[in-house]
Amino acid sequence: MNKLVVSPAPHVHSGNSIQKEMESVLIALVPAYLVALYYFGAGALIVSVTSILSCVLFEYLIQKFILKGEKTITDCSAVVTGLLLAFNLPSNLPFWIVIIGALVAIGVGKMSFGGLGNNPFNPALVGRVFLLISFPVQMTSWPRPMPFNPAYMDAETSATALTALKEHLGNIPSTLDMFIGNMGGSMGEVSTLALLLGFGYLLYRRTISWHIPISILLTVFVMTGIFYLIDPQTYASPLVHLMTGGIMLGAIFMATDFVTSPMTKLGMIVYGIGIGIITVVIRLFGSYPEGVSFAILIMNAFTPLINTYIKPKRFGEVRK
Amino acid sequence: MNLILISVLSLGGIGALSAVILYFIAQKFHVVEDSRIDKVEAALPGANCGGCGFPGCRAFAAACVKTDSLESLACPVGGTPTMEKVASILGKTAISVEPHVAVVRCGGSCEYRERTNRYDGVKSCAIVHNLYGGETDCSWGCLGYGDCVNSCTFDAIHINPLTLLPEVDEEKCTACGACVKACPKNIIQLRKKGHKSRRIYVNCVNQDKGAVNRKVCKVACIGCSKCFNVCSYDAISINNNLAYIDDKKCTLCRKCVEVCPTNCILELNFPPRKPRVEEISDIVLNG
Amino acid sequence: MKSFKMGGIHPAECKFSAGKKTEVISLPKQVVIPLRHYSGKPSIPEVAKGDIVKVGQLIGRANGFVSANVHSSVSGKVVKIDNALDAFGYKNPAVFIDVIGDDWLETIDLTPKVKRVCELEPPEIIKKIAESGIVGLGGATFPTHVKLSIPAGKKAEVLIINGAECEPYLTCDHQLMLEKGEEIVIGITILMKAIQVSRAIIGIEINKPDAILNLEKWAKTVEGVEVVPLKVKYPQGSEKQLIQALTGREVPSGGLPIDVGAIVQNVATTFAVYEAVQKNKPLIERVITVTGKSVAEPGNYWVRVGTPLSHVVEKTGGMPEDTGKIVAGGPMMGRALPSLDISVAKGTAAVLFIPSSDSERGKVQNCIRCAKCVFHCPMGLEPYLLMNKSEKGLWEDVEQNRVMDCIECGSCNYVCPSNRPLVDYIRYGKSMVGNLISSRKTQQL
Repeated sequence: MNKLVVSPAPHVHSGNSIQKEMESVLIALVPAYLVALYYFGAGALIVSVTSILSCVLFEYLIQKFILKGEKTITDCSAVVTGLLLAFNLPSNLPFWIVIIGALVAIGVGKMSFGGLGNNPFNPALVGRVFLLISFPVQMTSWPRPMPFNPAYMDAETSATALTALKEHLGNIPSTLDMFIGNMGGSMGEVSTLALLLGFGYLLYRRTISWHIPISILLTVFVMTGIFYLIDPQTYASPLVHLMTGGIMLGAIFMATDFVTSPMTKLGMIVYGIGIGIITVVIRLFGSYPEGVSFAILIMNAFTPLINTYIKPKRFGEVRK
Repeated sequence: MNLILISVLSLGGIGALSAVILYFIAQKFHVVEDSRIDKVEAALPGANCGGCGFPGCRAFAAACVKTDSLESLACPVGGTPTMEKVASILGKTAISVEPHVAVVRCGGSCEYRERTNRYDGVKSCAIVHNLYGGETDCSWGCLGYGDCVNSCTFDAIHINPLTLLPEVDEEKCTACGACVKACPKNIIQLRKKGHKSRRIYVNCVNQDKGAVNRKVCKVACIGCSKCFNVCSYDAISINNNLAYIDDKKCTLCRKCVEVCPTNCILELNFPPRKPRVEEISDIVLNG
Repeated sequence: MKSFKMGGIHPAECKFSAGKKTEVISLPKQVVIPLRHYSGKPSIPEVAKGDIVKVGQLIGRANGFVSANVHSSVSGKVVKIDNALDAFGYKNPAVFIDVIGDDWLETIDLTPKVKRVCELEPPEIIKKIAESGIVGLGGATFPTHVKLSIPAGKKAEVLIINGAECEPYLTCDHQLMLEKGEEIVIGITILMKAIQVSRAIIGIEINKPDAILNLEKWAKTVEGVEVVPLKVKYPQGSEKQLIQALTGREVPSGGLPIDVGAIVQNVATTFAVYEAVQKNKPLIERVITVTGKSVAEPGNYWVRVGTPLSHVVEKTGGMPEDTGKIVAGGPMMGRALPSLDISVAKGTAAVLFIPSSDSERGKVQNCIRCAKCVFHCPMGLEPYLLMNKSEKGLWEDVEQNRVMDCIECGSCNYVCPSNRPLVDYIRYGKSMVGNLISSRKTQQL
């Protein structure tokens, strides 16, 4: 008879794994990816594939030769970072810039801190903000949506809704167009509908909880609503703010990144409100048309503080 | 040109002003310390191991300066030479410290002690000790997961991969006591290093009855008392089916080692025994 | 549907032995009755080598207040009093008895008729329970008479009977509720009298609708006993969670159920109380479930305390071929056994055979801070933080983060995607903080 195994309780496990969590996120991103392929065509395909492959390759190389640790790419977190990075980029971005973004996202944003679980900032956003500041022109020329567009880097560009608002350029897309994604913007952020479908899936799979996305979206809605009520000529309506720019993508997929978000329900709500406020301030009063990336990175810095001071509700709390 | 001049002057000015402010603050908030503490600290090994019972060499140095007599203070790492240096700096008398070394009292290697189940969990002695008696049927013996190794700051103890038991490197061991505290089964003990580094000890801590032990480990102490009977220096005591050799009384005569039926009493750093005179003449007479 | 509010998980129920009528396991050749049932001092032996004993005879006297009497579960000859391996992983004193026949003490009432009226006064009831060696049969084996002795200044308002059986695989309590419903309800009235309350609630998870109906039927025949169905969620049967589910009150951190006026007893303990008080029968046998994915015929069996598990396994179809792990108890909190040379103790509720394909833990990876452990902890703790700090030995921080509130239910380990050994480090943290607290107390004195 083989030797019996002795281990401490519990002796059963849910079967959950990091890979399963990442797979759930990837499935939730499928609707947005399909919309991106539809409206941005070849560019979307090239940028996303380049981003994913680069992220996986860089993580593999860094893990093997610099950190000299075990292989970690099998947990699929690099794939998720790659796809999310691509979703934050315009689909006509030259592929060498995408590769640099992937290197910064994985190399600086994740591996330099010791790999998954140790990074304080969302790696995809670290990559994206680095690119925005280093290549401002390429990062702010977004192709107009054209079904199955075969053009890549020379796709025809136009101003996005948010740039139009910031610089008072004129027409913004119709509500329906904004909802389904028929407008300019980064690859993955345009379709509110697709992103909401992804949100529903993530909630069904219990990968994320509702606290962060709802608190961000509600805060943005309320704040922009107040300004819209005060002066509807200068400020856009809250619905426009929710459906344009990266707020949907940011609230559902970027701010909810496990490693960089708080660990308690109240902490998540505080974090979400913070992101909402900073986003609206940058959008309405800052010089950038979009502020979600910066807002999330700033609140990422507050996450350890939130975790230290906001504790979960304890069972049997003794009130003194 | 103007720009460079303004930049240099303004930044230089700020730097100079900060330096002056810092100087005055350093003077005002200067902590007056007995200068001897620095001298004593310089004479200490600087390992900050805590073996003296103080948190760090500086705290030990401060205690040495403050105290009247150095009787209760000893640095195990530096030993007698260091304490003599400290004593001469402070004008006090040092006591000579008998060098000690860590001794692992378990011989239950894979060869002698069968593994009867397989543990799957966190590989830490403290955690396994909390859970059950271990992978063998001897619940007193070494678990082999290396909490002692992790606690040693002198790289003086390592787990032998063949026997799965810890081995102490007596050159590096400073008897700081960290491994003694780390072992949840109290297997490691600090014992006198001994004349010419020779020492004798019972390599077992099992208190179960001898009959049970025999089946579980080939080199366990069975409490047969043969060693107790043969020791003429009253150095051996038997309690709870386990023999123990008092290192203060042991004269290293090795009689107990010869009589132990399970070979659980170890003698370290002795030369190999010379055959006795009777044996030699026996060989000569009988060819 | 009532339930506790915070955290919890939904493991697969695997109640393969549900509805299987109890069978009696035949007597073994030798029993090894542990003298140590609760993590306190072992009971003092009352017999010596060579003594002839009868079933129900006292063989060990409680050592101190928080300790229990031990009775012989067989008739025969005492072979020796020696150390034997128990489910807690170490050897502890036990009485070895060679079985001869099945001779019961004359004082024990073996008639099957249910005796409904209890003439004893409350202090006499508690004394009888103490004499009969009754301990909590839900797993913790805390001496029942100690729980029923309410300290001065506290008052009991409600008796809660734990019929939740939230651990997967286990069905022994379920079967007992189906077969001995009347006796359980009479036991409840006896307990109500002992602690002088007029209200008792039996909590049963909704996956046992037949048990709910049966106990409701018998509860109607007495005063003050109500049956409340509970949502199927783990750990519904944990004392503190059960009290919150049934009464809405939260036992304060560091406190006991009596602080909110509740006393909780398991259904099997209640049955043992009935037998002790009404039939003079001390605690010498119990129902255990033998089960597992690969077990051909899982079932529920009456077993005498001290029966070697090897005998139980042999009589119930043998050990499945692919067994990797044998667990005494349920999969969430049961103890893995190093061998089958361990005997059934009062607290052994099940023998679970886990196939070797399910016996290995997954590879431990970095904490990805997904907060699932925080969300699923029924006590509102942060297991990732407690493990982190325990690894580093920061015991004061660990204490401040309420490690002593942990009920070791295992929900955090269950949900962790990185397979981190959270409960192992928390248990370690609890023992180190416990040492810290007691050394602080001795310093104050």
